[in-house]
Amino acid sequence: MERVRGWRRELARAGAIVWKDLTAERRTRANFNAVVSLAVLTLLLFGFALGPDTEALRAAAAGVLWLTVLFSGVLAFNRSYQLELENGALDTLLLYPGERRSIFLGKLGANFAFVLLVELVVVPVAAVIYNLPLLRPFPGLAGVMLLGTLGFVTLGTFYAAMASRSRAREVLLPLLLFPMMIPVLVGSVEATSALLAGDPMGDSGAWLRLLVVFDLVFLVASVLAFEHVIEE
Amino acid sequence: MTISASRPAAAQAPGPARRIQVLGWIAFLAVLVAEAVSLWTSPPDRDMGHLQKLMYVHVPAAWMALLAYGLVFVLSLLYLWKRDERHDLLAAAAAEVGVVMNALALALGSIWGRPTWGVWWTWDARLTSTAVLLVIFLGYLALRAFTEDPDRRARWSAAVGILGFLNSYIVYMSVRWWRTLHQVQSSPETLDPIYTRGLRMNAIAFLLVLVYFVARRYRAARLERAAEARIEEAALAGEGVHV
Repeated sequence: MERVRGWRRELARAGAIVWKDLTAERRTRANFNAVVSLAVLTLLLFGFALGPDTEALRAAAAGVLWLTVLFSGVLAFNRSYQLELENGALDTLLLYPGERRSIFLGKLGANFAFVLLVELVVVPVAAVIYNLPLLRPFPGLAGVMLLGTLGFVTLGTFYAAMASRSRAREVLLPLLLFPMMIPVLVGSVEATSALLAGDPMGDSGAWLRLLVVFDLVFLVASVLAFEHVIEE
Repeated sequence: MTISASRPAAAQAPGPARRIQVLGWIAFLAVLVAEAVSLWTSPPDRDMGHLQKLMYVHVPAAWMALLAYGLVFVLSLLYLWKRDERHDLLAAAAAEVGVVMNALALALGSIWGRPTWGVWWTWDARLTSTAVLLVIFLGYLALRAFTEDPDRRARWSAAVGILGFLNSYIVYMSVRWWRTLHQVQSSPETLDPIYTRGLRMNAIAFLLVLVYFVARRYRAARLERAAEARIEEAALAGEGVHV
């Protein structure tokens, strides 16, 4: 009973951090607008790089979509800690009673919501300019987006806790994060392209289950390691 | 600044440096002997001819890279557990040498792959995850380079080293599901004894090289830390620093 109450309190703390970060973002929207613009621009650039051939574009669409999410999403993570570095807000946050992992879960929740909102714009835009069917594979595709994004954001939130407080954070975060992302990227792209092609072999389910495993592994590992990363 | 009596042990003892030097010569000779024996005694392979001899350096390099990364993993866990700075510095030395061996294994594998497979590179599981390991540990070294506070650097790089090492297996499995082409691993049973001997000799020689490199880099890291500590001390004491 005590344990349950403890967990509930931690979740409430995490929820407070999610709410705080999202409120700060909603009041300015500066970061969201910039990241979404960059994401749309990236989609266009991939289109120019891969040529005007509609069939070729459609074949590459799943990979392009996920790389766009990665390249634009990575910009959000450092910022979520940078906000805390000004005026020593992070130290204050650490002084509050409670477990460190609730800070991690809070940051994770806010980043997850942020990247999902970016995807809410990016996916329809990609569907239009790459000529993709969206409605037919919809439920499965939403599942892939949720699971793939969760894995991405988990690792991104974890590595940004370090990168954002080092010199050269702009290059350090992708350098640390992207190699770790490869399993999630492979799973997400494979599932997405299977779904976009109408899932003829029915192998999107296997990739989805793998994504669930990856997400769980990375979530547990990050939560455990975060204690050592954040202590000051 | 004057040299005080409280110099750290690593800086004053001439013993380790001399011992490391001797180890270096032994490692060098071991490599010479291993190459000479394995190049002269093994006959050309039935399919690959003399190209097979690349195995003697490619395979040990890959083994040593994995061994070094395994060391990083164990030492990182030890560091987080005991908080002993020596574990951290030794892990960093192992990571540096691991990266060198890893790059060597990839380059040699590529040189071997071109004439036998017809391509410099293929997207198979072992090859790809080896490349990913290289990037992960380059990131590890970059993180160390960009983090100044030694305590923070130690904790962060330990976390990155542990997660990176574990992830390499997940990368390996995920690429294997994705696609695979590499030849099935040779074992002593599929390998003619004449080749096994050369491979074993080279593995020992490479191991000596690995130990020598790690010892040197570890010593250098200890000295660097001692110098850093002295600068801090001097700065706290309000002296000008001349190092």
